[in-house]
Amino acid sequence: MATVLVNDISVDIGDEKLNCVQAAQRAGVTIPHYCWHPALSVVASCRMCLVMVGEKKPDGSIAMQPKVVPGCQTPVKDGTVIQTMDPMATTAQKATLENLLLNHPLDCPVCDKAGECLLQDYSFKFGNASSRMVDEKNTPPNKPDIGANVSLFTDRCIMCSRCVRFTREVAGTAELHVVQRGNHSEIDIFPGHPLDNKLATNVVDLCPVGALASKDFLYKQRVWNLKTVNSVCTGCSTGCSIHLDTNKDVVYRLRPRFNPRAQGHFMCDEGRLGYHQVNSSQRFRKPLERGESGTRPIEWSAAVASVDRGFRQVSGVDPGNAWFVLSPFLTLEEAWLLASYARSVSPFVRIVSGPVPRVGEDDTYPKDRKGRPASNIKFTIRAEKCPNRKGVETIVSHFQKTPLSFGDLLQACDAGSAHFVYVTGGYSSAHPGFRVDDADKLSKVPNLIVHDLMPSALTDRANIVIPSAAFSEKEGTYVNHAGLAQSTVAGCVPLRGMRTDGQVFLDLLGRKGLVRAEEIRKEIGKAVSVLAALAQGSTGEFGVFTGSGS
Amino acid sequence: MPAIAEKNVRWVKHPKLSLAEQIYLPTIAQGMVTTISHLVKTLTGTNSIQTQQYPEQKPSLPPHYRGVHRLNRDEQGRVKCVSCYMCSTACPANCIDIVAAPSPWPDREKYPELFVIDELRCIYCGMCEQACPVDAIELTTIFDLTGMSREDMMFDKEKLLSVFDQTVAMGTDPVRTKGGRLSVAAEPAGSGLTTSSSAQS
Repeated sequence: MATVLVNDISVDIGDEKLNCVQAAQRAGVTIPHYCWHPALSVVASCRMCLVMVGEKKPDGSIAMQPKVVPGCQTPVKDGTVIQTMDPMATTAQKATLENLLLNHPLDCPVCDKAGECLLQDYSFKFGNASSRMVDEKNTPPNKPDIGANVSLFTDRCIMCSRCVRFTREVAGTAELHVVQRGNHSEIDIFPGHPLDNKLATNVVDLCPVGALASKDFLYKQRVWNLKTVNSVCTGCSTGCSIHLDTNKDVVYRLRPRFNPRAQGHFMCDEGRLGYHQVNSSQRFRKPLERGESGTRPIEWSAAVASVDRGFRQVSGVDPGNAWFVLSPFLTLEEAWLLASYARSVSPFVRIVSGPVPRVGEDDTYPKDRKGRPASNIKFTIRAEKCPNRKGVETIVSHFQKTPLSFGDLLQACDAGSAHFVYVTGGYSSAHPGFRVDDADKLSKVPNLIVHDLMPSALTDRANIVIPSAAFSEKEGTYVNHAGLAQSTVAGCVPLRGMRTDGQVFLDLLGRKGLVRAEEIRKEIGKAVSVLAALAQGSTGEFGVFTGSGS
Repeated sequence: MPAIAEKNVRWVKHPKLSLAEQIYLPTIAQGMVTTISHLVKTLTGTNSIQTQQYPEQKPSLPPHYRGVHRLNRDEQGRVKCVSCYMCSTACPANCIDIVAAPSPWPDREKYPELFVIDELRCIYCGMCEQACPVDAIELTTIFDLTGMSREDMMFDKEKLLSVFDQTVAMGTDPVRTKGGRLSVAAEPAGSGLTTSSSAQS
């Protein structure tokens, strides 16, 4: 057991290997820092974390070093004493900030980082109110074409080199470099080699100031207007933990949220920019029914009643002719409710899990110099482009004892033995789940219900289309590739007049009231042994591992 | 709650009216004296109270009056606003709606593509002009704004700029522009916003 004394607060760090910044964090003391990041190597170049460090001798006396040292580079051990409020340390912090602000343009009103900028925060907390700079500031030209998704405002940079180390150590592609020297240092790329790796936009989150900006978010919103909830990226089966930033029920930005169990600190650009479908004007808003004279919008209650009637008609004759397809984009709760509905009518109704979109192989980072994956994997973009295959398959196998596949359904469609099919979708338009020939086969079904977000080849052939809610509008749980169950919160209310998928399934089941994911999670946890970890209702900040993994 | 002790209670009786008070006539006569004395003063031209003949005669209001907003133009006639959302953040009535876009001019990064103030929702507190870092928004002395519909009262960027032109033509600049005491950032050759982004490569 090792005890560290931070500003006279004693903190027990066990046998962990920590630096002064981390040890102080444990004690609830902020040591300001720019260049240090837990996922990157230590360079101790920004000099913001200068603190006084000393040692408590066995006889109880304290011997301090006679100078300030960078906290990020100084490991702590049993008896280490850290003083952040010592006059020598605070003078060093003030001097560092004054130096960093010498060439900073102070264009906070037009800077996208304003409001979540560490330079603003630390200047306010540790810096000076005025600058003694009398000379002209450096105004190097901006580099808006530094990458496809990233723009560089060169004059705002404080040369912490987090972005450079990220591209070298995590992405491995090493596009960014520091060019020039001293006061004229700049971040730059080699001509013709832009910052366009699949993790590129992480440098925007890493940048402690507004130098690197995401082109997707640039000038869209001021950050203090955004409301943030914890959510999960639905782009692939890695299931990155994210912050979902919304304003007035419009999603503006996804940011990675640190989760040691899921993905670590980062997320890929495809997931980060994959939210645009949510804000699409093409999304269905009302249930549609196809008659002789084309499709027409119908009321929600009529749609639910019509689906229920059609299902009971078919299952009254032969329940084996009724099929339910559970998409891997459904949350656990939705899959549970829909499968429960299918089973509530007859045990012979067939339940299958939907097609899983796969693109190539898992893409691992860092890459080596030639773009081949290196051995020390720090980030993986999975080939499986759906968030909840594992969870939905667990639910399906709980209800469907003789396993069936989506291919069996297509055969049944060809054979004419599928009379009622309820298909759930939610696939991203970049990786559609159903091919056109799948849709053609399914169009032979006399009563085809499609529950989806956007018009597709399949919804064109459906008898009834039920609009689906986007991942940002519903709460629920996703189980990632490793069996980690993470629950999400709704960041926005659904489009006007919409019902979430879970609510539709609850209505079909004839259960009263509004759908509450936590209650259903508890139900699932009690009923399904591999998902027993969900019985508590909450999955916490980092999620819980379920038995369906490995 | 404890009951109030009897000794602490004081009963107040309704005052009894005298006969003169009950018939009201003396009080009416007293009021008529005031009215007639003003009438006499007006007829003889000795009244000190002036009636302003509005709307034929417009009042001249002090430059710090908080009326309709205007969006200021810079020396080149472009909108001065840099679309920082400070005004809409400060606004207690949430009546300012801005959509920012990359600016078409090389000397700044951001400009308002849309800038709409709901003049019906506005409470004319003037916090927007206090929040503005570039003195782009000001409240003018124009107070008599009317409209035939709610949409008429949603002032967009063009309309707010036309208020600027109108007040400049009338010579009724608001107090800050009139006093010439603009903030550092609003100065054309200042060190702040306007020089930071001078080259967009």
